[in-house]
Amino acid sequence: MKDERVRTLLNPLIDQNAITVQILGLCIALAVTKTLATALVMSAAVMAVLVLSGSVISLIRHHIPRSIRLIVQLTIIASLVIVVDQVLRAYAFELSKLLSVYVGLIVTNCLIFARAETFAMNNRVLLSALDGLGNGLGYAIVLVTVGTLREILGTGKLLGETVLLTTAEGGWFPPFSLMLLPPSAFFLIGLLIWGIRTWKTAQAEPQEYAVVQPGEAR
Amino acid sequence: MSGEPTSARQERGDARGRSWFGGLASMPNDSLAKTLIVALLVALFGSVLVSASAILLRPRIEANLEGERQRNLLEIVQRLPGIEQLFDRVEEAAVEAFVVDLATGEIDRSLRPEDVDARAAAQDVARSIAIPPERDIAGIRRVSRYEVVYLVRADDELRLIVLPVRGQGFASTLYGYLGLAGDANTVVGLGFYEHGETPGLGAQVDSPQWREQWQGKWVRDPQGQLRIGVARGALAPSDPSAPYQVDGLTGATFTSQGVNNLVRFWLGDDGFGPFLDRIRQE
Repeated sequence: MKDERVRTLLNPLIDQNAITVQILGLCIALAVTKTLATALVMSAAVMAVLVLSGSVISLIRHHIPRSIRLIVQLTIIASLVIVVDQVLRAYAFELSKLLSVYVGLIVTNCLIFARAETFAMNNRVLLSALDGLGNGLGYAIVLVTVGTLREILGTGKLLGETVLLTTAEGGWFPPFSLMLLPPSAFFLIGLLIWGIRTWKTAQAEPQEYAVVQPGEAR
Repeated sequence: MSGEPTSARQERGDARGRSWFGGLASMPNDSLAKTLIVALLVALFGSVLVSASAILLRPRIEANLEGERQRNLLEIVQRLPGIEQLFDRVEEAAVEAFVVDLATGEIDRSLRPEDVDARAAAQDVARSIAIPPERDIAGIRRVSRYEVVYLVRADDELRLIVLPVRGQGFASTLYGYLGLAGDANTVVGLGFYEHGETPGLGAQVDSPQWREQWQGKWVRDPQGQLRIGVARGALAPSDPSAPYQVDGLTGATFTSQGVNNLVRFWLGDDGFGPFLDRIRQE
């Protein structure tokens, strides 16, 4: 029983990580990881929505008619996202300006839908909340890693504090301005997936087709 | 433990008696009635959640937006040339936005500045005033009935009036702000935040040298005649117009005349003239 809870919480951190294993929710990961601060706020917002939507959906799971279950889930998720967006605008105005539309886009994050449909619909409330928390943390790990790398390499700063003195300010570090552009998040996440799959070979997917070498007869 | 069969739950619902919830819970999930009721309840839950958060958080969100607008405005004010001489520190000044009714020249306190989009309103027949062609020297055809002006006070004294101005230049419409001192007759600065004039020629409206010239010019002479403007070519210091006019831009006659016209239009009777008269009388 306790094991089950711990497993539900820890499994999504690396072994079943939404971004690196399931490749879900990349749009947000690309867009909001320019700085660590935005990555942190977005992680917190996704985590809050995951935990709350998982709990609410699990609570009423026996009374959701199958024919409208996706609409019911979407309505609950969308309402929660609006609430989170309003809270951010009220209490973290500057950061909510930087995140702009991406908070609202949490609604379309497949990760949250996936957890609602596959987990919260079939499990008790506490377990669903833990699953949401675990997945939120797994999401946060990737976002924070990418956000930290992008901010340090792109500007030499972390959370606005100078870490590496850039050449423009008389230091030695030439900022890597590609890191400030969204594609760099793609590269970093790709490298991260490569690294994790080299470490945990069980995650590597089998090749779906053989690569044909030039000149090889078939 | 997970995934308790639905039927077991429904039986217990029956056992709980005829309570309203029990009745709903015991209905088969896929019946039409339950589908409709659940859909309704979920919609109700969502709308209550969203409206409650919107209402509870609105004051804070609006305060944040207001702060943002103030910061934007301070940036505009700080960019006006010559502003440093008015205040030791601009941050200490209290900037307030007001809606001016151009038809009467009065401040209309029933309208909120953030609701007025003068630029959009000027295109809308219902919200704008047509300027007869013979008086339309700025070439803008219509003006919004309501414009937002900014008054900056320091030590309870009116120190700066910031007026939005716009008008036709050579190749584009120029958009900017004209700053007047508290006497409503001395120019503090003229700055354009948007224009598409020829780089190197008309675009000199942005140059610090030219902008500096506007500082301290007078709008009207002691007889009340509107004298401010841009001279054609350079002006000798002894010229009687020198306290009122700046030199024209070299190689940009049309732009210079455009700026001359738009400044005279907005300070004149069809622009902010009546509003400034009121301020001078106060």
